[in-house]
Amino acid sequence: MTDSPKFSEDDLQAWVDGSIDAGKRAEIDAWLADNPDDARRLAAYAGQNTALHELFDPVLEEPVPAGLSAAVSGRAAAPVGMSSFWRIAAAIGFLAIGGLSGWFARDQWPRAGDSQIAEYAFNAHTVYVAEKRHAVEVQAAEEKHLVSWLSKRLGQDIRMPDLIGLGYRLVGGRLLPDGGRPTAQFMYENDAGGRLTVYVQRNELVKETSFRFIDHNGVSAFYWVDEHFAYVLAGTIQREGLLDAARIVHDSLAK
Amino acid sequence: MTSRERQIIDQIPHLRRYARALVRDSDAADDLVQECLARAMGRLHAWQPTGTMRSWLFTILHNLYVNQLRRDGRAPDIHSDSDGVERETVPGDHDAGLAVRDITAALATLPEEQRSIILLIGLEGLTYAEAATVTDVPVGTVMSRLARGRERLREIMAFDTVTPLRRAK
Repeated sequence: MTDSPKFSEDDLQAWVDGSIDAGKRAEIDAWLADNPDDARRLAAYAGQNTALHELFDPVLEEPVPAGLSAAVSGRAAAPVGMSSFWRIAAAIGFLAIGGLSGWFARDQWPRAGDSQIAEYAFNAHTVYVAEKRHAVEVQAAEEKHLVSWLSKRLGQDIRMPDLIGLGYRLVGGRLLPDGGRPTAQFMYENDAGGRLTVYVQRNELVKETSFRFIDHNGVSAFYWVDEHFAYVLAGTIQREGLLDAARIVHDSLAK
Repeated sequence: MTSRERQIIDQIPHLRRYARALVRDSDAADDLVQECLARAMGRLHAWQPTGTMRSWLFTILHNLYVNQLRRDGRAPDIHSDSDGVERETVPGDHDAGLAVRDITAALATLPEEQRSIILLIGLEGLTYAEAATVTDVPVGTVMSRLARGRERLREIMAFDTVTPLRRAK
């Protein structure tokens, strides 16, 4: 490796990395045409960069392990103190979801009742988030009434999930008759107008805890059931945010 | 999630790629990233946005890696054995896949200071100034490590294809 008389070695390295202005690049290109040894040398360096990208760029496409995301967003001290339910949910959540069609196919779900509830919730979400004036039946201003009313209809005292920490404030809620069972839908909205719905139905069908992420037509949803309720949280929101919201909803409603 | 947390999350794939190239074993690489993220979160309150979030995170990762090498008793500035090069190379079989494998083996024979610089710049696309921040040396030192490292890599790989059973230099 000898410094060329015309260009500094720094210039030549910058040529390799493409971090050089167009004028100088052209000058070096012209010079390399007459200096085959240097041309071979620089081509080898550029080839090193290419080989590194070929070898390691696939890492960028890998799903990020849940533990790594949790180290940042998982309430500081995850996984300690994080229930195994949420740990598994996080792990599932960060798995790449392949084809989206067929998500509602019955055999994709642990039990038939699950997919039915998720489908109801998706439909309710799609229909009501599009509403301007009639998005909810009872406005957030009447939150106290909303809570006592829906507690009575769901047959269990509930606390309204507070998602303000995630930037979502309550718009209000409504009662739905899906599947012939009283069902509550709460709607939240952020400053950008993004809406999130929380769909809660008394769980009479499913005996075991289960959960699932759904991604459908640009809407992400997280479905889970516990001994009290089946829940579906839906919105155009990143998975991590969805999981954070789900945790808050669960803590509020499943007491 | 705060915007800083979001910025960190966005860097995770890049930190993983860099760590994978540095240590090659994917579990060990993710352990390194995990440690890096834990430290970053622990110091997030103290982070001053003078540099980029990217260079700050890569600095933490770099320091952890260097400390790990020291702890493991492998002085970072001494060339490790190039047995890997010899084992992974089959004479007369120089398809593209093999050439790609060769570069990781060849990289492993470089001093840490050259390997880190080559990866930070050639793989992660850091600017020379960012790489200087990450490795805490002047830009001039970055440039000389880059030039020396790339040339050494070229020698190892060129030599390797001719006489794969002998050590390059």
